Amino acid sequence: MKPAPFAYAKASTLEDALSLLAEHGDDARILAGGQSLMATLNMRLSAPQVLVDINRIDGLAGINDTGDALRIGAMTRHSDVETSDLIAQHAPLIAAAVDHIAHPAIRNRGTFGGSIAFADPAAELPACAMALDATMHIAGLNGERDVPAADFFEGLYETAIQPGEILTGVSIPKIADGWKSGFMELARRRGDYAIIGIAAQAKFDGSTFGDARLVYFNAGDRPVSTPQTAALLNGQGWSDDMAEKLAASLKRELDPPDDLNADGPMRKHLAGVLAKRVLGPMAGA
Amino acid sequence: MNEVVADRWILDRPNSYIGRSVPRPNAPRLAEGRGTFVDDIELKRMLHATYVRSPYAHARIKSIDPAAAKALPGVVAVVTPQEMAKIHDPWVGVLTHLEGIKSAPQYALPLEKATWQGEAVVAVVANTRATAEDAAALVEIDWEVLPPVTDAETATEGETPLIHNDLGDNQAWQRKADFGDVDAAYADADHVVEETFVFGRHTGVCLESRGLVADFEPSEEQLTVWHNNQCPHMVQNILADKFRLEEHKVRVITRDVGGSFGIKVHTYADEVATVGLSIMLKRPVKYIADRLESFVGDIHARDHRVKGKISVKNDGTITAFEIDDLTGIGPYSMYPRTSGIEANQVVNMIGGPYRFDNYRAVANVVYQNKAMMCQYRAVGHPIKCAVTEGLVDKAAKILGMDPAEFRQKNFHSDDSYPTKSAQGMPFENLSHEECMKKMLEAMDYNALKADRDAKRKDGIYRGIGFASFIEVTNPSAMFYGVGGARISAQDGATLRLDAKGNVFISTGATEQGQGMEAVISQVAATAVGVPPERLKIITGDTEHTPYGGGTWGSRAAGIGGEAVAQAGRQLRVQILEAAAAMLQEDASTLDIRNGVVVDTDTDNERISLDEIGRICYYRPDTLPDGFQAELVATKHYVPRKFPFAFTNGAQASYLEVDVETGFINLINHWCVEDCGTVINPLLVDEQIRGGVVQGLGGALWEECLYDDQGQMLNANMADYLVPMAAELPDIECGHAVSPTSDSDLGAKGAGEAGTCGAPAAVMNALNDALSPFDARMTSMPFTPKKVLQALNKI
Repeated sequence: MKPAPFAYAKASTLEDALSLLAEHGDDARILAGGQSLMATLNMRLSAPQVLVDINRIDGLAGINDTGDALRIGAMTRHSDVETSDLIAQHAPLIAAAVDHIAHPAIRNRGTFGGSIAFADPAAELPACAMALDATMHIAGLNGERDVPAADFFEGLYETAIQPGEILTGVSIPKIADGWKSGFMELARRRGDYAIIGIAAQAKFDGSTFGDARLVYFNAGDRPVSTPQTAALLNGQGWSDDMAEKLAASLKRELDPPDDLNADGPMRKHLAGVLAKRVLGPMAGA
Repeated sequence: MNEVVADRWILDRPNSYIGRSVPRPNAPRLAEGRGTFVDDIELKRMLHATYVRSPYAHARIKSIDPAAAKALPGVVAVVTPQEMAKIHDPWVGVLTHLEGIKSAPQYALPLEKATWQGEAVVAVVANTRATAEDAAALVEIDWEVLPPVTDAETATEGETPLIHNDLGDNQAWQRKADFGDVDAAYADADHVVEETFVFGRHTGVCLESRGLVADFEPSEEQLTVWHNNQCPHMVQNILADKFRLEEHKVRVITRDVGGSFGIKVHTYADEVATVGLSIMLKRPVKYIADRLESFVGDIHARDHRVKGKISVKNDGTITAFEIDDLTGIGPYSMYPRTSGIEANQVVNMIGGPYRFDNYRAVANVVYQNKAMMCQYRAVGHPIKCAVTEGLVDKAAKILGMDPAEFRQKNFHSDDSYPTKSAQGMPFENLSHEECMKKMLEAMDYNALKADRDAKRKDGIYRGIGFASFIEVTNPSAMFYGVGGARISAQDGATLRLDAKGNVFISTGATEQGQGMEAVISQVAATAVGVPPERLKIITGDTEHTPYGGGTWGSRAAGIGGEAVAQAGRQLRVQILEAAAAMLQEDASTLDIRNGVVVDTDTDNERISLDEIGRICYYRPDTLPDGFQAELVATKHYVPRKFPFAFTNGAQASYLEVDVETGFINLINHWCVEDCGTVINPLLVDEQIRGGVVQGLGGALWEECLYDDQGQMLNANMADYLVPMAAELPDIECGHAVSPTSDSDLGAKGAGEAGTCGAPAAVMNALNDALSPFDARMTSMPFTPKKVLQALNKI
């Protein structure tokens, strides 16, 4: 279980990293926290020629208040997100999700940007980014561009990040008055990838839902938003009948995959259970 | 009344350390990261081996092209099966007392075909492990893929391909048993209850994976192997035999071992091959199984399908048990213990806690193209326990009896010993009634039932499950030796007083992380009369310890400990003879207490052990004429009165089923067991707890998943789910104490009780929780998917 030979380059600036990526093209992989990459290297599931280490680039880590939003640097460790007062205050969905990511030792290394850029469909943060309408900041040699979360996740481990580009940060709109969020996942062991999970955000007028967003993870090849099901909530309060309607709608709207822990029908069933368990309490039921 | 013929002198010693939670002497070293595990061994000129493993479950090796691998810089050798076979003899995993068992010759590397996915086929040796792995990827093997045998149910059917043509069929062994008259019992019974149980294939995931450093020195034909096997003397014998070496020129050293659980008690072909590489290359060669290799290279266990029956009378009397067991064991029977023992244990132990006279069993052990199966912690125990206890629970329910009460009615009563099981297994002194009583008190059973019933009204589904059990420990020569295996059932200990009054102990028992060194130190300190800090324990070296069996079958404390007790007493006698000569006293008036020779009656200090050492070693001229001090004592011990010391106990599980998600939340777990004399209460409890956790693993999470082509689908730590702390309940332990009269110490084993009973307790609790629904579950592991299917939710 030793990695295939690779070259290692430590970038000292963002420009340096972008130059290295331009130089090595498809042969290069970015090393951020290594949360997923180190395992795939050691298992020889990937064998890049060059690792471009971005751990020592100043300014890529940290959480900043930018007014209406929080900007989370790509190299911000999960453990720093977990303990951030800004996150707890302004992004409760992220706060609820982050301690479901693996285990403390891994959260000390794994990064927010790494999770977003890797785009594992079973990961928590991509689903949260979708539910929160986050904006991804992507740098290339020609400058920085922004991509909304809805356009960012393109498929299995595929994102809008183009060859030669680096995700530098993610902006999360601060939660506004009257909005609530909910998060839940079903994992056979704490810290494992969930069988399925939900990230939800909605605006409330009293106990009446408005502008609800439901995003499931490990339910498809990317975080899966369910707008048709969410629309059933808008203008409505919570009821047992609503739970059944949502469950029925989710069975139509979702097309989740099979794996060793669950098949598609089981995931559809659990999606309905999660909707009930998350949305009911959000509405105060 | 039991006839106690053992002399319990050691339990009456002053300054006794027996029954105290003495800290483990090796704990600080391990906690500080200063252990010496196999991968910590670095020798000059050492090379690293890895293996090209078969990607197919069943495939003929048409040709091997090592050229590209050999050409890689840093590669020293690429060795094919034909080359390896020239320097070793194959082995066949059979035992004569398992009548009719058959297996095929197994070579270090397979000569004609690979018979499971992950089998090591070609060895690659290089200056570093990484280079060896690079080269392994360059070895080209031309395969002829053959249809695999994966389903045990059809393994012996006519159209199923043969794994070994010379064997004639895929049946490894069949065991039958028939006691009393089962058919008459059925005819006479009020109810005959049936159930089929399925036990998933799983494995023991050791923190330290298997590994060895083999160093062959050709000028003396001396082979030294640093190995994390449980049984150094067994390995010495096997390696000498298979490589045609003189046994005294094979030295096996086991330093620290990071867990074994029965995984490291076998002859693994890749380990034999590594020894062969060192002999061929005349250099030290290291091989450490990595985690991916471990999942397909280590033995797997369980994988049984058991159809069971129990017959009962309306008054709650059990009259008969019957089973039909089927188990698939991979493509070979493991050497030297065979892969028939687990089924044999199941047959021998069904119904163990209960009085009944009629029993019938058939066990079919079949070959298949999956990883090899063999003995893992609590061999056969979780299966026989879950089958027995599942049938008992179902019968109690049909009779409308409380499951605890039904068990209590049918137990061998505590005053009925010695007695025998329906299968004729001798029970010396068990305590089912006391254990169950203590456990019901610890659980507060009535309050727990009330809690369960109240919550059910709120749609919260909790269940209580019991498992009573018997456990085989302290195995005598009747276990393996009688069948021809060169596996020592006896163990020896040598104790030596040094010139400073400290005591060196060398023992054939081995430390695997279970705390054996603490137990040995407590027994020696008590037997000799010295504090534990004056002891130095030497284990795991065939050149420096008495011949012994090592660690397996819950024997280290009960057998190794007794040898130490006897040697310790003998050394004390010899020291006191020297003291008596110096003091011109009668030795019978002296004792050793806390490292000092004292007058037995008054406790007055007479002479210290370091003064005795000084005089005996440096000034023997001052001793009386004709007196020669002997400050080394060796004793050996093997159980003789009983083939093994049965222990017993009871477990209970309280859990909650989320009927919408299928998730099971373990709320609490209890185990009250009887391992005879408890030497170290903390270590016994941790053995129980660790064992319970491995049992819970098999019940809820762990399973080696295969597809129909014999590919293991979850051979990594992300997808193979070992139990982890967050999901585990508190495990409350209690004890009854029925010492064996087969030894003075009276200790039985405690290593496997937890694993034995936990799956059954969970299964019964689960079915109790599901009792409001038309759902019953008997196929382990109990995954959320299976729960939802049982509830017809998906």
